[in-house]
Amino acid sequence: MFQILKKKELNPSVTLMEIYAPYIARKVQAGQFVIFRVDEQGERVPLTVADCNQEKGSITLIFQIVGRSTMKLNALQEGDAILDLVGPLGMPTELPEHAKNICVIGGGVGCAIAYPQAKAFSKAGLHVDVIAGFRSKNIVILEEEIKKHCSELILCTDDGSYGMKGFVTNALETRITQNHIKYDTVVAIGPILMMKSVCELTKKYQIPTIVSLDPIMVDGTGMCGGCRVTVGGKIRYACVEGPDFDGHQVDFDELIKRNGIFKEREAECRMMTLADKL
Amino acid sequence: MPNMSKTKVPIPEQEPKVRAKNFEEVTLGYTIEMAIEEANRCLNCKNKPCVSGCPVGVRIPEFIQKITEQDFASAYEIIHSTNALPAVCGRVCPQERQCESKCVRGKNAEPVAIGRLERFTADMHVNQHEDIIKKPVSNHHKIAVVGGGPSGLTCAGDLAKLGYEVTVFEAFHVAGGVLMYGIPEFRLPKKIVQQEIENLKSLGVNIMTNMVVGKVFSIDELMQQGYEAVFIGSGAGLPRFMGIEGESLVGVCSANEYLTRINLMKGYQDGYDTPVLKSKAVAVVGGGNVAMDGARSALRMGAEHVYIIYRRSEYEMPARQEEIHHAKQEGVEFLTLQNPVKILGDENNRVCAVVCQKMELGEPDASGRRSPVPVENSEYELPVDTVIMAIGTSPNPLIRTTTEGLETNQRGCLIVDETMMTTKKGVYAGGDAVTGAATVILAMGAGKSAAKSIHAYIMQKNL
Repeated sequence: MFQILKKKELNPSVTLMEIYAPYIARKVQAGQFVIFRVDEQGERVPLTVADCNQEKGSITLIFQIVGRSTMKLNALQEGDAILDLVGPLGMPTELPEHAKNICVIGGGVGCAIAYPQAKAFSKAGLHVDVIAGFRSKNIVILEEEIKKHCSELILCTDDGSYGMKGFVTNALETRITQNHIKYDTVVAIGPILMMKSVCELTKKYQIPTIVSLDPIMVDGTGMCGGCRVTVGGKIRYACVEGPDFDGHQVDFDELIKRNGIFKEREAECRMMTLADKL
Repeated sequence: MPNMSKTKVPIPEQEPKVRAKNFEEVTLGYTIEMAIEEANRCLNCKNKPCVSGCPVGVRIPEFIQKITEQDFASAYEIIHSTNALPAVCGRVCPQERQCESKCVRGKNAEPVAIGRLERFTADMHVNQHEDIIKKPVSNHHKIAVVGGGPSGLTCAGDLAKLGYEVTVFEAFHVAGGVLMYGIPEFRLPKKIVQQEIENLKSLGVNIMTNMVVGKVFSIDELMQQGYEAVFIGSGAGLPRFMGIEGESLVGVCSANEYLTRINLMKGYQDGYDTPVLKSKAVAVVGGGNVAMDGARSALRMGAEHVYIIYRRSEYEMPARQEEIHHAKQEGVEFLTLQNPVKILGDENNRVCAVVCQKMELGEPDASGRRSPVPVENSEYELPVDTVIMAIGTSPNPLIRTTTEGLETNQRGCLIVDETMMTTKKGVYAGGDAVTGAATVILAMGAGKSAAKSIHAYIMQKNL
C-alpha cells in the first residue's frame, strides 16, 4: 500500500498528491511515469511524475479529474493509501546534445510535467524559458514553483484574464519573431492539439521539438500495445520507448482519434458522479 | 486387469451454448470414480515413454498408480515433486503433443488421459485443504527471479525446495504472468493460479509485486543487494501488428490488450473499472491458442459474430486441437486460407470492415509448413467492428536495454548457453524471453533446468 502524505487542490479539477513510494522516488527522472491502481476494482492508470523527494521517499503526482479512476483517487485523503503504484516507467527526457537554450511549453495540467522538466534542465545548467498556457486565470497552477526553475515564465490565458492573452503558440511565435530569441530546442507537454500546433510552428522555424505523449495504456511495460503511436511512419510504444518523442515525426491526428476510444465512458462517469452528488 | 477401453473416460463439460455466454470453466473435471476408471487404463509400462514427453519430467505412471489405489495425497506429492504448478499444467499443457503422444495405449486407441488425471489430482489436493507443503530449512543463499510467470515461478519453486531464499520480482500487481493476464478464466480459473502461488509461498518464496526490474532495480543492483544469482523470466513482450493500412483505427487491438483487460483487470465483471470494447462482430487474426482465447472471450463478451482469420488451413493451425474444437462448438466462425490486407474505418475512425484476401497453399517454408500464397482478385469485405491481432510478440526490450553484458540474438531474445546462463555471469534466463512466444510448459521446463544450473553454480561458487 502506498500512503498519501499530502493532498492539495491546485484548482477545482486538478489535484496534487504526495505519495510515499521510496523505491520509485530513489530512481525516477524527469519525463518518467508511474501506473496507479486505487483499489481491487480499479483500472491501471498512467501518470507522469511531477516531483520527487528522496529524503521523504515520496513522489508527487498532479492529475486532472477526468474519469472514474481519477475521481476515485481524488476521493482519497491524506493518510489514506492506494493499493498499487508501479514505476518509474518509460524513458527519462533526453535533450539533443547541442541543447543550450530551451523553451519548455506546458498547457493546462501538462504544466505538471513541464515543471519537473524545466527543473531538470535548469539544474543541468541550461537556459530555460517556460511558456505556460491555461484557459483562464482560475485554473492556473504551479506558477510559483515554475518561476523558481526558469529564467523567464511567460504565462498566457485563452481569455486574457491573466498574463498574456492568447495561446502558447502565439507566445512562442512572439518570442521567436519579435524578441529574436533563438531557442535550439522546444519541449511541449499538454493537450494533443496544443502539442500538434506547437510542432507545426517549430517545424516552420526548424526548432527540434520533443513532446510527451499520454496514450491509452494497460500494463505500461511493453505488453499490451495499447499505447502504440505512429512516429516517423513506424509503430512505437510510448510505455517503453517513450513517452517522449520527436514532435515533428508524431502522427497527432491518429493519436487524437485513438485517445478518444473511451471518451464517452469518461463523460458518463462524470455525469453519474454528478448525479450521485445531487 | 487394466481397463482396456479404447477411449478416454469422457470429461464433463458445460454445454457449448451455455458456456459461450459465461466465463466459468468449460471442462468440469473428473469425479473420483471417473478418475479411477481412467487411471486403470494405464499399463504402468516399464520404460515409461510418457515421462520422456514431459518437459518437467513428471513421474506419470507412479502418480496414476496412486490414483488407482485411491491414495490421492501421494499422487499429488509425486507430481508436485517435479512440477510446481500441477493444477495449471493439467489444464493448459498440450498433452496431445507431449506425454499423451508417447503413451503406448495411444498406438491403437486413445492414450491415457494424463492431463485430466493430473488436473484431478491437483484439484483433489486443493479441495482437501491438506497443507502438506512445508518450508525447507534455509541454506542462506539469496536468489532473485525476475518475472512471476510460468518459468519464474517454476524456477523459484524448485530453488525454494532446495532451501534457497528466493524473491520473485513481478511487474504487475499480481503474480502469475500469462496465467493471469493471458489465459482466460474459462480455461484456467484465476483462483487456481493463486492457489498454486500460495503453495509456492508456503515453500518460502517471497513475491514482490509492482516491481519492474530494469527500472526500479537493475540486475546489477540486485546482485549488489546480495542475490547470488538472478533468473530472468520476463516473458515475451511487444505485440506484433501486421503493418497493414487501418491498424491504428479505433477498434483494433492486440490480443494481449484485449485479454489483459478481460482477465487480469476483470473487465468482464460488473464493478470493475477497466473498460473492454463492446463488439458486435469481431475478427481475430491468427491461428494459435491466443487467437482462440481472444475469439472465445469475445463471444462471452456478447459479440454476435466472431471470426478467426488464418492464412493457412486448419491443419497448420498452431492452436491445440481441443481449443479449436471448443471454439467451433461455441460458435466461432473459422475463415481459413484468408489474410487481412486492409482494415476499413467509418467517419468516426472506428473499424467497420476488414478486407480479406483468399490464400492457397504453396511449397513448404522454413517452418516446414506449406506457405500461403495470395489468390489474385479474391479480396472481399468482411463487416466487423473490432479486429484483434493475435500474431505473436517480440521480446520485451526492458531488461536487455537496461542491463550491460546481456547479449541478445537478432530477434531480441536473450542468448543462453546449455546451462541457461546468459552472457552475464550468474544471470540465467528462460521461457519466452529466450525462445520467443512459446507454451506455458516449455517455459516451466526452462525454469526447471535453470534452477538446476543455478544450484550447481552456487554450490561450485561456495566450495
